[in-house]
Amino acid sequence: MTDAPSGFEPEGARKGRWVLSFLARRVLGIILTLLGMTLIAFLLTHVVPGDAARAAAGPEANAETVERIRTDMGLDQPMMRQYFVYMSRLFHGDLGRSIATRRPVLVDVTTKLPASVELAAFSVLLWLPLGFLVGVYCAVRAGGWSDLINRLLSTAGVAMPIFWLALLIQLALGHVFPIASRIDVTLSVPHYTGFYLIDGVLSGSATAILSALAHLVLPALTLSIVSIARIGRMTRSCVLEVLNQDYVRTARAKGVRERTVIVRHALRNALIPVTTVVGLQFGDLIAYMFLVETVFAWPGIGRYGVNAIVNLDYPAIIGTVLTTSTIYAVINLGVDVLYVGINPRIRY
Amino acid sequence: MHSKTMLLRAAKANKGLMLGVGMLAVIVVVALFSPFLAPYDPGASSFSESYQKPSATHWFGTDNLGRDILSRVVSGAPIALRVVVEVLVIAGLIGTVFGVLAGYCGGFVDSLIMRTADLFLAFPNFLLAMALAAAFGASLDNAMLAVAISLWPRYARLIRGQFMSLRDESFVEAARAVGAGPLRVAVQHILRNCIGPLLIQFSLDAAAAILTTASLSFIGLGASPPTPEWGVMIADSRVYILTFWWMPLFPGIAITYVAMAFLLLGDGFQDLMNPMLRQRRTVRPSQAGWLRRLRGLSTRFVKE
Repeated sequence: MTDAPSGFEPEGARKGRWVLSFLARRVLGIILTLLGMTLIAFLLTHVVPGDAARAAAGPEANAETVERIRTDMGLDQPMMRQYFVYMSRLFHGDLGRSIATRRPVLVDVTTKLPASVELAAFSVLLWLPLGFLVGVYCAVRAGGWSDLINRLLSTAGVAMPIFWLALLIQLALGHVFPIASRIDVTLSVPHYTGFYLIDGVLSGSATAILSALAHLVLPALTLSIVSIARIGRMTRSCVLEVLNQDYVRTARAKGVRERTVIVRHALRNALIPVTTVVGLQFGDLIAYMFLVETVFAWPGIGRYGVNAIVNLDYPAIIGTVLTTSTIYAVINLGVDVLYVGINPRIRY
Repeated sequence: MHSKTMLLRAAKANKGLMLGVGMLAVIVVVALFSPFLAPYDPGASSFSESYQKPSATHWFGTDNLGRDILSRVVSGAPIALRVVVEVLVIAGLIGTVFGVLAGYCGGFVDSLIMRTADLFLAFPNFLLAMALAAAFGASLDNAMLAVAISLWPRYARLIRGQFMSLRDESFVEAARAVGAGPLRVAVQHILRNCIGPLLIQFSLDAAAAILTTASLSFIGLGASPPTPEWGVMIADSRVYILTFWWMPLFPGIAITYVAMAFLLLGDGFQDLMNPMLRQRRTVRPSQAGWLRRLRGLSTRFVKE
C-alpha cells in the first residue's frame, strides 16, 4: 500500500517533511478562508435591512439619540471605511463591544467558550465510540430484519429536529437530572479554567463536580443521540462498502476467521472514510450547540450567539460567527492531518 | 428500455426506497387536501377548550389558546412542502447556473466561483443559514432564502464536477461535432447526466431544508406565531413542555416524519445509483450454510 521508497532517504523522514509542507499549505488556506469569512460576516451584518443603531438605542430612544449612536458606532461612514476600521481592530484583538451585554465581545466569547467546549467534549466521549460501534454492528449484520430496524431507527435519529429531542428529553428525564444551566445556583466554583469539572477537581469540591456532571447529562445525551444516529449511518455504509471489496473476499476465501476479517481488514480500511464523516459531524455538532444550549439554558457561546441574533447585536454576531467558524476550520485541519496519518496512500 | 425495467425492478426491491415513496405520498396527499382533512379551523381559538389532553374530540389535544393541534399539524403540511420545494429550487438554480458557468468557462471564472463556494462551505451550514436569516430579517420567506443560499455550493460543486468529467466524453464531442451549441450541449447532454446524483442530493437536502427552516423558526428567525409552521408550534409550546407534553410532541413527529421520508428516498436513490450495491448479495459465513449443500451448479447464457 505504501509507495516504494525512492533513493536512500528513509520513508519516515520523507513523509514527515511532506506532512509539514502539507500542514503549512493548509494553515495558509485556513488564514485565507478566515479573511474571506470576515468579509462575508461583515457584509452580512452591515448591508442589511435591520438597523443596528436603532437596535442599540432601544425602542424608546428618539431620533437624535439614534443618530448619535450611529455616529458613535461609525455606522454613518462609507462601507469600505467601516470594513477597514473593523479589520484593523480585529487584528488588534478587538471584536467590538456587544450592544446587549455592553462588554467587549472578546471577553464575552472567552468567558462563554469553556462552557460550550466542556459540553461538546463530554458529548463526544459518548457519541464517537458508540456511534462507531453501532455502525459496525449494523454493517456486519446487514441485510436482515434487524438491519432494517436499525436503519429506520438511525434514520429517525437523523430526521429528528434536535431542539424537539431536547424538549422530549427534558420531559422524560427532567425530574431525574437538572434541565437548565451548568451547576446548582447555590454552588459556586472558583474560576480557574472556566471548565467546571476541572475547576471542581482543582478546588477539591466533590459536590461541585457532581452537580456539574448532573447538569451535563441531559444536554450531552441530546447531542449524543443525534450524533450516534448520524455516525452510525455513515459508518455502516463505509464498512459495508469495504466488506464488498475483493480483498475482504480474498481474506475470507483463504480461511481467515470472520472476527479477524472484520477487525483487521474491514475496520482499518473503513476508518479512512469514517474519519471524514466524523470531521463533518463536528460541523453539525457546532450547529446543534446553538439549539441545545438554547433549550437547556446552557451559558455557552451557542446561546450567546442565538441571543445576539435575536437582539440584532451585530458585534456579538460577528464575534460568534468568526469564533465558531475558526474552531470548525481548525477541527477540519486536525481531521485532515489525522486522515493523512491513517491513509498511507494520500498525497496532496 | 431494458435497463429502465431493471432499474424499476431494483427500485421495487429496495424496501427503504419504497417506504420513503409511500411516506412521501401520504405527505403530499395531506398537504394537497389539508383544508378538507383538518377537523377544525387551525386558527380558531377557544379559551374554554385550552390545554386539553388528546381525546376523541381532539385527537392531538389542544394548545394554550384552545386551538386544535391536529388541525394545526395538518395545516402545517403544505407549508413544509412549500419550504422543501422553494429551498431546493432556489439552491438548485443558483448552484446549477454557477456550476455550469464554472464548468464551461473554466480558468478565472471557474476558480472565482469555486473559491467562493469553498468559502461558503467553510462555515458550519446552520451557522451560515442563521447569520443569513438574521441579516435578511425574521420571516419564513427570508429563512427559506437563507437556507437555500447556505446549500447552493453543493449543487455548484456537483454540477461542475459532472461537467468536468463529461466534457471530453466522446458523446459530448460527437454532439459538438454535429453542430450543437454550448447551451444545447450543457442542457441536453451534460445536465441530463446529472439527474441521478441530483436526485440523491435533492432528497438529502430536502430533509436538511425542513430541519434547518424549522430550527430557524424555533429560535425566532422564521415563521411568526399565528402560522401553523411546525417549528414555531414547538417554540410556542416550550414553556408548557413539562405539563402539556402533547403540545410540542405532534408537530415534532410531523417534522421527523417528513425529514425521514426524504432521507429514506435519498438512501434508496443512492443504492440504485451504485451498481455494485445493486447487484450485491451479501453472504455472511453464518448464512452461508447452504453453500455446503449446493449441488449441480451449472451456468448458461440466457438470450433476452
